[in-house]
Amino acid sequence: MHASKPCIAMLIATLCPALMFGGTVSGKVTYTGTPVKQKAIDMSKEPSCAKQHATPVTTETIVTGANNVLENVVVYISAGADDANAPSQAVTFTQKGCQYIPHVIALHTGQELQVVNADQTSHNIHPLAKVNREWNKSQPPGSPNIQEKFDQPEFISVKCNIHPWMHGWFAVLKTSHYSITGDNGGFSLPNLPPGKYTITAWHEDYGTQTQDVTITGNETKSIDFSFKAKAY
Amino acid sequence: MSKLSQKHLFSAILTFILAAGLGAAKAQDAPDVGPHPSGPEKHMESHIGNLTGHSENAKMDYRRYCAGCHGDLGDGQGENTPWLDPKPRNFTLATFKCRSTLTGTLPTDDDLFNTIGRGLTNSNMPIWNTFTKQQRADLVAYIKTFSPRWEKEKAGDPIKIPAEPPVTIESISHGKALFTKLECWKCHGPQGKGDGPSAATLTDSQDNPIRPYNFAGGKDDSRFKCGSTNADIYKIFITGVDGTPMPSFADVIQPNDAWDLVHFLRTLQVNRHSKENDVLKAAGGKIPAYVEKSEVPASQTENRAAGGTN
Repeated sequence: MHASKPCIAMLIATLCPALMFGGTVSGKVTYTGTPVKQKAIDMSKEPSCAKQHATPVTTETIVTGANNVLENVVVYISAGADDANAPSQAVTFTQKGCQYIPHVIALHTGQELQVVNADQTSHNIHPLAKVNREWNKSQPPGSPNIQEKFDQPEFISVKCNIHPWMHGWFAVLKTSHYSITGDNGGFSLPNLPPGKYTITAWHEDYGTQTQDVTITGNETKSIDFSFKAKAY
Repeated sequence: MSKLSQKHLFSAILTFILAAGLGAAKAQDAPDVGPHPSGPEKHMESHIGNLTGHSENAKMDYRRYCAGCHGDLGDGQGENTPWLDPKPRNFTLATFKCRSTLTGTLPTDDDLFNTIGRGLTNSNMPIWNTFTKQQRADLVAYIKTFSPRWEKEKAGDPIKIPAEPPVTIESISHGKALFTKLECWKCHGPQGKGDGPSAATLTDSQDNPIRPYNFAGGKDDSRFKCGSTNADIYKIFITGVDGTPMPSFADVIQPNDAWDLVHFLRTLQVNRHSKENDVLKAAGGKIPAYVEKSEVPASQTENRAAGGTN
């Protein structure tokens, strides 16, 4: 045990210099104005899902947190850090309680996607791809995970036709430097070697914003994004 | 005539000859584009049996017979499109309903060739049997010029359809159990009338409303979009109908189970004479409840375990 620790440290230091010495871009995504109110979802047609929710769930097109924080924003490096290889671990997208968990996933082109049905009802997973191949697969309860890949970068809207309120997004990117904002609105893109980068923030309803950042060494650059809420 | 005017005349003639020559050359170079912008200039081929289709040969046919709905650019935005439901196919997306290939893959040349010849019932796409086979093959090639996917990808492999087992009351009964278990009824309705709980909310991939198939309507098979044999119905739920809410069940149904489902679906066509309805009638007109074999629950637990792990 004791002998192996320095070995691992040395291994990390030799294999991943960026991990040790890279720069970081981090910040927060907020909104201004008044976001449109989300609609309550009526799941009474699917009792096995309805009973999983003590309080009615709402649509997730716009999810906000305290202090005008905007959630479900994909912040990624759109120029300067295209990496050729997809990470080997899969990204999981779960259908539970007739909702997509999480609402937005990001994955690298060629990276494996695992779609899990944790419900006692059939779902059909229908990514409405326009650049990639559009497919549509049934997944009854207890079926094995669906494994798929996407070749081209694209923001793909995903739906279940059986349960029309179910809606999510696959953000297929050319980079694995991405971060999706949660309930504190924060994002962090670590391990960036020195260079010039374009950072893009994408939200399914509010669109995209970009900012350029230059990383010179082992530093943390702070940038924030602010979206204007649509009134409708 | 003065020397000067002679010179003038000479240069005028020379200019005229040159201009006429250039004009002629220009007329030869310019393609006959007509009043509309011409389609893509790519060359594509199709192979149907021993026929080879060439896209450039279909240009005039496409413009005369197809562009009114599918549009000059193949984007499904022809001048008739606002009045059509379902909407004409947008060839630039290369997503097709009737395929022999798995969901997400390109159809074979034969699939497109058959669709042109068969037409699409319940839509404004007629049966184009007025075309020769060569014309249809050329049109298949032409359709492939509208999306770059045809240059980058190969068509999917046609699915294998095993020989159909005999129709028995057991296969119908098992088919009914699958219809319930796979939740086909959520859209198609418990009696296959296209009135399931999700039916009213369905939209196609372009967000246009779309109805699930009503098995019970009509007396014949004429309303099946992608062919009306038992094998064609088998094909539909294995391949899915891309661009619509109908998913593929390829990963979740075994070949023999799929045939049982076909046999049951035939009994939903209550007004149609079929071997399935004959078998059902001989069995007293009622589908007995399916009794699961002992190994079925075991394999279900196995699947569930596999589904829970990553």
